[in-house]
Amino acid sequence: MAITEIQIKETIFKLLKNIAPDSSPEALGQEDDVRETLGIDSYDFLNFMIGLNEEFGVEIPETDYGKLITLNDMTQYILAHAQS
Amino acid sequence: MAEFRMPSLGADMRTGTLVAWKVKPGDHLKHGDIIADVETDKGIMEIEVFENCIVEELLLEPDTKVPVGTPMARLKLEDGVEKETIAVTDRETPSPPPAIESPTIPVPELPREERLRVSPLARKLAAELDVDLTQVKGAGADGAIHQMDVEEAAKKLQPAPKPAEKVVAPPPEAKSPEAKPTTTDFQAGMRRAIAAAMSRSNRDIPHYYLETRIDMSHALQWLEAENQKRSIKERILPVVLLIKAVAKALTDVPELNGYWIDDQLQVQEAIHIGFAISLRQGGLVTPAIHHADLKSLDELMAALRDLIERTRGGHLRSSELSDATITLTSLGDIGVEKVYGVIYPPQVALVGFGKIAEQPWAERGMLDVRPVLTATLAGDHRATDGIIGARFLQAINTHLQAVEKL
Repeated sequence: MAITEIQIKETIFKLLKNIAPDSSPEALGQEDDVRETLGIDSYDFLNFMIGLNEEFGVEIPETDYGKLITLNDMTQYILAHAQS
Repeated sequence: MAEFRMPSLGADMRTGTLVAWKVKPGDHLKHGDIIADVETDKGIMEIEVFENCIVEELLLEPDTKVPVGTPMARLKLEDGVEKETIAVTDRETPSPPPAIESPTIPVPELPREERLRVSPLARKLAAELDVDLTQVKGAGADGAIHQMDVEEAAKKLQPAPKPAEKVVAPPPEAKSPEAKPTTTDFQAGMRRAIAAAMSRSNRDIPHYYLETRIDMSHALQWLEAENQKRSIKERILPVVLLIKAVAKALTDVPELNGYWIDDQLQVQEAIHIGFAISLRQGGLVTPAIHHADLKSLDELMAALRDLIERTRGGHLRSSELSDATITLTSLGDIGVEKVYGVIYPPQVALVGFGKIAEQPWAERGMLDVRPVLTATLAGDHRATDGIIGARFLQAINTHLQAVEKL
């Protein structure tokens, strides 16, 4: 069964909430810079990448970090790369 | 016979609260064992002993706040050496002068026989939620009170609290004057601790500042290739290269690795890099990465991961907070280009790193665009002169250019 955009977003919110418990990922706009808006540093971002890898089985090379700026970017990236 | 005293876990610590003993009379302790959990302005710390000894008597009850230097327990040294006090760090702690302004806080009288068995987390939670522990019954088989028991008791205290109330600080008017410590108090405490250390630094230390731009193209290319071979979990962050380069530069220029104590520079052999970690709720802790020069990049990444998790979770060990020999602060994640730091006394240097960003770079008459990092050094001019600082920054650059050897 293919995963839906809504499922992806829910998982992203869950991961971000674990990393930044004081933040409200649900309030993110589609085109907001996620790291900047939630104050995610490079250590937290690496943990977020590990989380996405575990949840969706996507291998995200470092060179692709630049493609994962906004919520929209992340959802599209996972839709394109996730093993269904 | 020796006394175990409330340790000083840094120049900014004046008092500590005993949260729980990890030992009982008669226990045999060896080097590195945890004797107690102590709460400071920077969270709950695990206090280690550095002598082989036997616990004779515990002098303080949990929940007692005392000034640094107050006897907490009587220990018997096993090697038969007569000493008056037990070292709580691996070396002679450069402890601040005994707190002048600290009044002795009276020890509350607790009936010894009815001593409650409470987990440290439960004790902290009870203080935050205003729960009287003597009224709480431990649900566990051992009768000890755990976090869940306190939460249950707190629920009964507050009729149907809204879920949101847990995270939102209470409005000022709702706070009674005798309210127990809250997260806000904790933050205020940490703010005061930072204020004290930084004021002392600015008053006593004549800082000099140097900065240098470092071409990071080779180091980043190497790291990218290295990380490509690894799974996501094993990836190394660029800051780990910086930690190792600083550690190696300190072996070249040891004068910046040490303390200014008794009007002289005391160079330290071991390189323990205090790494500035900001807390999401505000404030800053700089626990030490021990023997950073002897660790591989993978070991440093693991150490950093462990330290960040424990700093944010509040489980640092006493030695980590008290024995850094230099501080490293990296603010590049927030887009800052240069960091001009304030030295953490009694250390004599602080290294600051900004963001690695593309910048114009001129070399051999050619202009190029390269990823550039600005490294700054704040040095104590009592301990060293600018030439030493300049050599040190140059050494960092040299080690980053030879990244394969880090």
